[in-house]
Amino acid sequence: MIDPIAVFILLLGAATPILFAALGELVTERAGVLNLGVEGMMIGGALAGFAAAHATGSPALGFAAAAIAGVVLSMIFAALTQFLLSNQVATGLALTLFGLGLTAMFGKPYEGVKAPTMMAGPLGLNPMIWLGLLMVPAVWWGLNRSRPGLILRAVGENHDAAHALGYPVRAVRIAAIAFGGAMAGMGGAYISIATVLQWTEGMTAGAGWIALAIVVFAQWNPWGVLAGAWLFGGVTVLQLRLQAAGVAVPVQLLTMAPYLATIIVLVLISARQKYGRSGGGSAPGSLGKPFHALR
Amino acid sequence: MFRLEPRASAPLAWQLATPVLAVLATMITGGILFAALGFDPVASIRTIFWDPLFGPAASYSRPQLLVKAGPLILIASGLALGFRAGIWNIGAEGQYIIGAICGAAVALAAYPTEAFWIFPAMILAGALGGCAWGMIPAMLRNWFGASEILVSLMLVYVAQKVAAWMAFGPMKNPEGFNFPGSRNLQQYPAASNPEIIANTGLHWGVIAAGIALVVTWFVMSRHVLGFHIRTAGAAPRAARFAGVRPQRLVALCLGVSGALAGVAGLFEVAGPAGQITESFGSGYGFTAIIVAFLGRLHPLGILFAGLLMALTYIGGELAQMMLQLPAATVQVFQGMLLFFLLGFDILTRYRIRRRA
Amino acid sequence: MKRRTLLGSAAALMAMSAMPAFAQDEKLKIGFIYVGPVGDGGWTYQHDLARQALEKEYGDKIETTFIESVPEGADAERALTQLALSGNKMIFATSFGFMDATINVAKKFPDIKFEHATGYKRAENVATYDARFYEGRAVIGTIAGRMTKSNKIGYIGSFPIPEVIQGINSAYIHAKKVNPDVEMKVVWVYSWFDPAKEADAAAALIAEGVDVFMQHTDSTAPLAKAQEAGALGFGQASDMAAFAPSPRIASIIDDWSPYYIKRVGQVLDGTWKSEGTWAGIGDGEVVIGEITEVVPAEVKAEAEALKAAIASGEHHPFTGPLKKQDGSDWLAEGQKATDEELSGMNFYVEGITAPMPK
Repeated sequence: MIDPIAVFILLLGAATPILFAALGELVTERAGVLNLGVEGMMIGGALAGFAAAHATGSPALGFAAAAIAGVVLSMIFAALTQFLLSNQVATGLALTLFGLGLTAMFGKPYEGVKAPTMMAGPLGLNPMIWLGLLMVPAVWWGLNRSRPGLILRAVGENHDAAHALGYPVRAVRIAAIAFGGAMAGMGGAYISIATVLQWTEGMTAGAGWIALAIVVFAQWNPWGVLAGAWLFGGVTVLQLRLQAAGVAVPVQLLTMAPYLATIIVLVLISARQKYGRSGGGSAPGSLGKPFHALR
Repeated sequence: MFRLEPRASAPLAWQLATPVLAVLATMITGGILFAALGFDPVASIRTIFWDPLFGPAASYSRPQLLVKAGPLILIASGLALGFRAGIWNIGAEGQYIIGAICGAAVALAAYPTEAFWIFPAMILAGALGGCAWGMIPAMLRNWFGASEILVSLMLVYVAQKVAAWMAFGPMKNPEGFNFPGSRNLQQYPAASNPEIIANTGLHWGVIAAGIALVVTWFVMSRHVLGFHIRTAGAAPRAARFAGVRPQRLVALCLGVSGALAGVAGLFEVAGPAGQITESFGSGYGFTAIIVAFLGRLHPLGILFAGLLMALTYIGGELAQMMLQLPAATVQVFQGMLLFFLLGFDILTRYRIRRRA
Repeated sequence: MKRRTLLGSAAALMAMSAMPAFAQDEKLKIGFIYVGPVGDGGWTYQHDLARQALEKEYGDKIETTFIESVPEGADAERALTQLALSGNKMIFATSFGFMDATINVAKKFPDIKFEHATGYKRAENVATYDARFYEGRAVIGTIAGRMTKSNKIGYIGSFPIPEVIQGINSAYIHAKKVNPDVEMKVVWVYSWFDPAKEADAAAALIAEGVDVFMQHTDSTAPLAKAQEAGALGFGQASDMAAFAPSPRIASIIDDWSPYYIKRVGQVLDGTWKSEGTWAGIGDGEVVIGEITEVVPAEVKAEAEALKAAIASGEHHPFTGPLKKQDGSDWLAEGQKATDEELSGMNFYVEGITAPMPK
């Protein structure tokens, strides 16, 4: 028999890296910025976090370093898209390439080295799992109940209107991009420090792209991100768990399912939007559009 | 302080100068990076950018530039149409994979028949497959307003899973000792896409890329459709008054770019790659996005950008061989190149003025 | 319609490779193409160790170069040609997926000797080599069968290809021999290297009650999971000594250096011939890494005795009576599986309850 609680615990671990990265990307996108460089920032965090944890023996310092690395990488993106008004899609792709390449070059000394033991936490779940879970209401509250969150959403919905109201569009977006970078960095570091305990190049293996999918699936809502991270993490965990139990599983079809589900969700929310029914959960109005103040 | 003032039109001089500046800046930054890693910067840069063209083995690597650049150019010329119109197909990788699978399916179904119609039928199937995969985001955008960026990206992953399924299941080579992967089409003359003239790198995919460049150039600069595309991209509201039907444009751009990516996949599977494997998609579809931007969405620019991108791949391999530079160099270079280009691009679009 | 290539290319390429710029030194130049990065800590890493062993063995008689992370398909063909053109007289292509590319390039360079790992196509100048990993699996399967307390052992598979299926069967047969109650749980991750997924796979096995598992994927992530959960595992491809003495209680190492040293020696003295080599424990190609003190002495002795018996050829891991999973007969009493049967193996042996993926 498959114990649902055991599966749930597995799922929590598998979902944590994508939960972090997706929450970060959610805030970035709510500010109207589409950063496709999540994978690059995650791998940057995975290396920096691992290196710092290894050097200091402290996983906590590792995660801090990963957040900083994520911010540094995200600032390249911010400088290009916010000051030089470059195309966000292309800049994000470049960031992914750059991050993957750079970490592979500078990660050589850390190959074959083991990470320090991960901190333990309550109920057998490590503190980063808890932090990830706590970030969900925190981001929700920040976006929906706090004044900075209100401004951030205003900037993301309509940057011209926000600018006219006197909000610093560019500064808000840079802050959102930095938050996204920090979260992606920590998500990446979770893979190297808590899951794998080693550094190997390319180890994020596409998690950043899954995070992007989750944000869409979540309809730009933090609770939806949690559901999405659990869905994507859950499908992986569950299909492996079913295999272990000796059930014949059509692996390719099953792993395809979350992506198809994402498309369906996207279609549903877009349709609801288009055919005039109210309700939240649509893409921020200015998503991906460059902002240039003429005055 | 400085401020930016939009230009009415991008001056040609800047349009030509910025890619060159970006390449130079990449070389300089790359050189510094190599020096930091303990490699000879001058030798590294020369090996990557010069040797494939004029080095001792250039008579081999020059044709290889075409082989590598062919699919990139073919895909990018289709993407550029949409990008010009503000329609963001970033799922070319998926369309490339599905095109290859559809084309290969025709060949595998016909195997071992030798008939003249097989190869043309494969091309048709590849184009239709890629087109259909591209039409999914188009239709979802037209009917429901779903973002084509996100839908096309999601469909890349679906396509990758389909490729894996094919390689392990329906398309597995029955004579392949249970290893995943289809029959190798290079060994099936009616379906293969070999070099047309030996040692030139010229296969049907490269020719198709050339045709795609000429046709897209014609459409963009001489045809009313090109006018519609440019208007839609520059001023979506004005475009409606100019008689542009946005829905048709979305379907057209995604359909055409999907079809071109599909044929690129077909020529690759029938030629250089040979077979459908679970890792068939090797990133051409994503790299083509970079090529499209690097080429400023202009056919001539895409030609050079495709060749330049191919150069970094082949030069990167040479640098590994000659100087033991790590393979990741190529990714770093491509990332930096795009960063610099996108950064310098501001010079073409805006005038920098001192704030009064 | 016949659309054939005008194969003037071979002559043209050879003329180029004979250019003085390339053939100036007396050293034997040897090229390698790798499917992954040398830092993968597994498959490619082991091939690169063997390359370094070659340099140590032959010193300045040879010179080696490699190209890493070469995608299978068209890129492999170009990388191989580049190596051939830059004066390498012997080239090792170290992944199954390079098979057709190697054969194609070898046709154009008849005087260069090619060595292709794990493939089945040979030519006058293309030899193939592979390791009998299933021999090592028999040894660690024995240890796993003895060490399990829950009587459930696990196997993390990469892809359902013959090499991996041989390993699963061999491990199961030998675990069962020492522990008739043992059950084998199999999880496929459909990747050679995806640390996060491998960790999830290990966790799934552990959740199923597995307390000792083997892996046929390259990362150390499953061992990290095992450590967390108090389960036991084995190093794969490389020794993974960072996780010794526990959870890594032994390892199955691919050691390509004896083969590489032998073959390069044959090229140096002119006796190289194209052949297919499938070497195992006896040839030093499959090595069992140190069995740690966590394993009781008598189990260790038993495993080492089995290793010796396999090395000497006294024991073949696939010796009848054996039935297939569906209950049909495979090998009669005392009958040994042929290499042909093994190299196309697509079934489990009787007793494994996991379904074979379709």
